[in-house]
Amino acid sequence: MSEQDGFEKRLNEARARQGLDRAEGGKAGLPGGSYGVGFRAGVEVFSALLVGVVAGLLLDRWLGTWPWLFLLMFVMGSAAGLLNVFRLFKPRGLKRD
Amino acid sequence: MAAEGKSIDALSQFELGIALGPLGASVNFTQSNLHMVIVAVLVFALMSYGMRARALVPGRLQSLAEASYEFIMGMVTEQIGHEGRRFFPFVFTLFMFVLFGNMLGLFPYAFTFTSHIAATFALAAMVFVLITVVALMLHGKKFFGYFFPEGAPIWLAPIIIPVEIVSYLSRPISLSIRLFANMVAGHVMLKVFATFIVMLAGLGAVGPFLSLLPLTINVALVGFEVLVAFLQAYVFAILTCIYLHDAVHLH
Repeated sequence: MSEQDGFEKRLNEARARQGLDRAEGGKAGLPGGSYGVGFRAGVEVFSALLVGVVAGLLLDRWLGTWPWLFLLMFVMGSAAGLLNVFRLFKPRGLKRD
Repeated sequence: MAAEGKSIDALSQFELGIALGPLGASVNFTQSNLHMVIVAVLVFALMSYGMRARALVPGRLQSLAEASYEFIMGMVTEQIGHEGRRFFPFVFTLFMFVLFGNMLGLFPYAFTFTSHIAATFALAAMVFVLITVVALMLHGKKFFGYFFPEGAPIWLAPIIIPVEIVSYLSRPISLSIRLFANMVAGHVMLKVFATFIVMLAGLGAVGPFLSLLPLTINVALVGFEVLVAFLQAYVFAILTCIYLHDAVHLH
């Protein structure tokens, strides 16, 4: 009996060492589906753009530099949106999340 | 209500009103708040009443309570890792609150509080504050290294750092907009097709037969909405877990 238990344990250890049990890659568990993925990508771009634009407007109002920081932050927001979409599709295993 | 004046009024279902009569009016207690309280009571009742028996072979309510517990427990340990179990109460509360809110909103005469950006953003802001505080507590100043990947050329810093900060700040926005937009879209569609039923039914002799078409769509939509209600609660919880993973491990 105990020998069998030991075997299970060693088998599981070996499987874990070889990374066999981590079947799910990517954003594990996030549901797929073309509609859902498209919607999520859209939301990511929109929210990053919104943050960029609002931050730019607030900074401009504070520093009185209208419209330069707004334009700059608009571009930054678009870049952040693209970054968000990239991270959405990038497998989780990659370094630097 | 639905088809008065032959126009489609799909948005009035999201209007806030006063609940509980004059008592509610004095403290501005809306039906949204009322449904939040109902959801809290329902979740509490499920967990406490369902687990009362503590039977070895669970009954229906007990297996529901156990299944939801194990579902979230599995999600938390898989996404955050073993040390993430201390966040289990938070994630579980969040998931059950959103799930029951979405599901309750599908009942006739019920109000969907997750269809208000104020409610979803409050939840997302809570998550955002938590992940920031956890990252700062666990990693201190190293947290700010999150905004600049090691190994990147230093002259790129003026571009990378603002982009990373905007990307980080957009997390609560995207989290709240996703839930809110899904719930609003679903309920608007339900209302629009329900209005079509009433409008087409008034078209004389062929009307009732024509109105069967939007009725079938609505039947399918209700099923779809049940799926969306669960899926969005799940996405909310799992994204919270992913963010917590980032906060605990800092990539």
